[in-house]
Amino acid sequence: MNATSMTVSGARLEWNLPDRGRVAMQCLIAAEAAIFTIFVVAYVFYLGKSLTGPMPKDVLSVPIVYTVCLLSSSLTIHFAAKHLRRGGVLSFGVLWLATITLGAAFLYGTGTEWYRLIYKEGFTIGTNLFGTTYYSLVGLHGFHVVVGLLSLSTVMVFTLTGRVRSEHAERIEVLSLYWHFVDVVWVVVFTVVYVIGR
Amino acid sequence: MSTDALALPGTELASRPLVSKLHDWVATVDHKKLGILYIIYALVFLLIAGVEAMIIRIQLIRPHNDFISPQVFNRMFTMHGTTMIFFVVMPVLFGFANYLIPLMIGARDMAFPRLNAFSFWMTAFGGLLLYFSLVGANGLYGAGNAPDVGWFAYAPLTSQTFSIGHSTDFWILALLVSGFGSIGTAINIVATILCMRCPGMTLAKMPLFAWLNLIMAGLVILAVSPLTAAQIMLLIDRYLGGHFFDTQAGGSAVIWMHFFWIFGHPEVYVLVLPAFAFVSEVIPVFSRKPIFGYSVMVAATVAIGFISMSVWAHHMFTVGMGANVNTFFVISTMAIAVPTGIKIFNWLATMWGGKIEFKTPMLFCTAFLFQFLAAGLTGVMLSVAPFTWQLGNSYFVVAHFHYVIVGGILFALFGAFYYWFPKMSGKMYSETLGKLHFWVFIVGFHLTFDFMHIPGLLGMPRRIYTYEPGRGWDTWNFIVTIGVFFQAVGILVFLGNLIWSYLRGKAAGSDPWDAWTLEWSTNSPPPAYNFASRPVVKSRRPLWDLKHPADPDWNYE
Repeated sequence: MNATSMTVSGARLEWNLPDRGRVAMQCLIAAEAAIFTIFVVAYVFYLGKSLTGPMPKDVLSVPIVYTVCLLSSSLTIHFAAKHLRRGGVLSFGVLWLATITLGAAFLYGTGTEWYRLIYKEGFTIGTNLFGTTYYSLVGLHGFHVVVGLLSLSTVMVFTLTGRVRSEHAERIEVLSLYWHFVDVVWVVVFTVVYVIGR
Repeated sequence: MSTDALALPGTELASRPLVSKLHDWVATVDHKKLGILYIIYALVFLLIAGVEAMIIRIQLIRPHNDFISPQVFNRMFTMHGTTMIFFVVMPVLFGFANYLIPLMIGARDMAFPRLNAFSFWMTAFGGLLLYFSLVGANGLYGAGNAPDVGWFAYAPLTSQTFSIGHSTDFWILALLVSGFGSIGTAINIVATILCMRCPGMTLAKMPLFAWLNLIMAGLVILAVSPLTAAQIMLLIDRYLGGHFFDTQAGGSAVIWMHFFWIFGHPEVYVLVLPAFAFVSEVIPVFSRKPIFGYSVMVAATVAIGFISMSVWAHHMFTVGMGANVNTFFVISTMAIAVPTGIKIFNWLATMWGGKIEFKTPMLFCTAFLFQFLAAGLTGVMLSVAPFTWQLGNSYFVVAHFHYVIVGGILFALFGAFYYWFPKMSGKMYSETLGKLHFWVFIVGFHLTFDFMHIPGLLGMPRRIYTYEPGRGWDTWNFIVTIGVFFQAVGILVFLGNLIWSYLRGKAAGSDPWDAWTLEWSTNSPPPAYNFASRPVVKSRRPLWDLKHPADPDWNYE
């Protein structure tokens, strides 16, 4: 017996399976979500348990502008992918660059906030429980923004060298799933750290 | 790759130098080669962790023994547990999943071959990192070498204060690195099963092996990630001055327990679901009947997957979590016995009225049924919180989970080894040596782990390096240690059988068991491309349909 005989001749089957890149990205997002859940649980669990100051309300200010930057980058990346699918490589490139700029602006915001906290307030990861959980959670999210920006920039390089075409729209959408995830995580982190935790 | 496979066998094998053959193995992205690498890697670590277990048991053979020091004893049980879970059982299960899933679903390879290779090497280097602690961990502190904090590494033992040197760091990094590998493999398994099935193989027509591994991979994604998060926190505590588990700064030691067991309990099901998968393939073939209650088996598996995420704190009944929390975890833990029991009944019903052939794989799977049932029953006993208050952290617990892992998972694994060895190597194993392995090992297993329950009931705590004579523990410990030597002989017979059969065994042919799943339709060992043309299936047992065209399965499904 050999494998050829496995094929039922003449049978025409409708056979559509999900895209493997999309499934893998969804799995990765599930894994990342589990990691963030643990850090968020730790943050909430340790709220108000610090033995020494400062407390969140003493040092944290709400980063509204940079939050708007990051969240609006979800819109730009969505429309970028949409334009690419329709074949508009130029408008894709412009929107993609806008996404990178907005993400970088957010990172700059985190950077200035941390600079202020560390150099002006003298508040570090070892100061108290709040410092430990705050820098870990916000830092973990920031790390994901950095990874996202590196991936987006790779695509940008390929766009500028003219290698990105509309048949890559599926892959671009898979990558944009990750970026949307990073944004959604920020909504959770923002709520926990700056709304509930303050 | 493809040119090698197309060349006439025997013409070019002799001419290629060893270095080039080894290079093929190191640089491979082929799911079959990676599967075999996983399995060989796990067998090497099985020997290492087995020797560690023997050292532990020799130390405990009689009271006031001084075979090893208390410090070395701590390192031995830590390394034994960590190695067995992360570097023996998980890799060997990933190895079988890697090798078999693409073949069973009629695919050319896994969904992401290079991610597959990356994941294997992450796991492999994770294991090397753990054992590098033996030479690299003392640092300048004159501290101990191997990790000695126990496999669940409770805080504050892992803080810089109590764990100087780098042994704990090696433990953290080894698990972190191999954790990335595990998550990568799990993502790959899910993507392969959902996106690579051959035409006609709907989810409801997949072999149960694929179903169980799909749920296993989902659990890895959701359970290993919390461990990764907890390890990152521990690193922050140890190196950046964080206070997550630092009780003096208001941190909590109990939250480490929660984080660890949120990983730790689903992990048990990560290990046991593939064992269920092996049994679900072997029992029907050797009973000459299709599996009983396919859809119920799938439903029970999904149920186990869900419930297993909500039982973790039954590891913590002795911590003092309060009546409400305890009650929740008592009930959820008892509930998980229901789908597991359903599975046992389904396997029994598959055997019932079948024409059972007790070849070596079937012997191991039959023993699995009885032993896994007994292990489950002590599990139900331990799910009762007041019972755990009495026996938590005693040898009763050690006996319970070794009954699960050795009596359940390892027996199913041995069955899988014998069942698929002809497919992977192209050679038949020696049935005589296989039966010898089974009988020697089962005697050793029962000597060790049946009798281990008793010193536990008599109050012997786990992780003590020695004990006073005259507490009624002496005889039991003696018997337990004697059993270990039987098991060691069994393992050596097993390895000898694999090696001897690989070199001298008879050719197996493509389908030695007259089986029904797709992997038996291609050559043994399968060519690099798996199938000459893409299979199309119409039922759960495509090879049955092929062999019995007058009475195909799809008439009955």
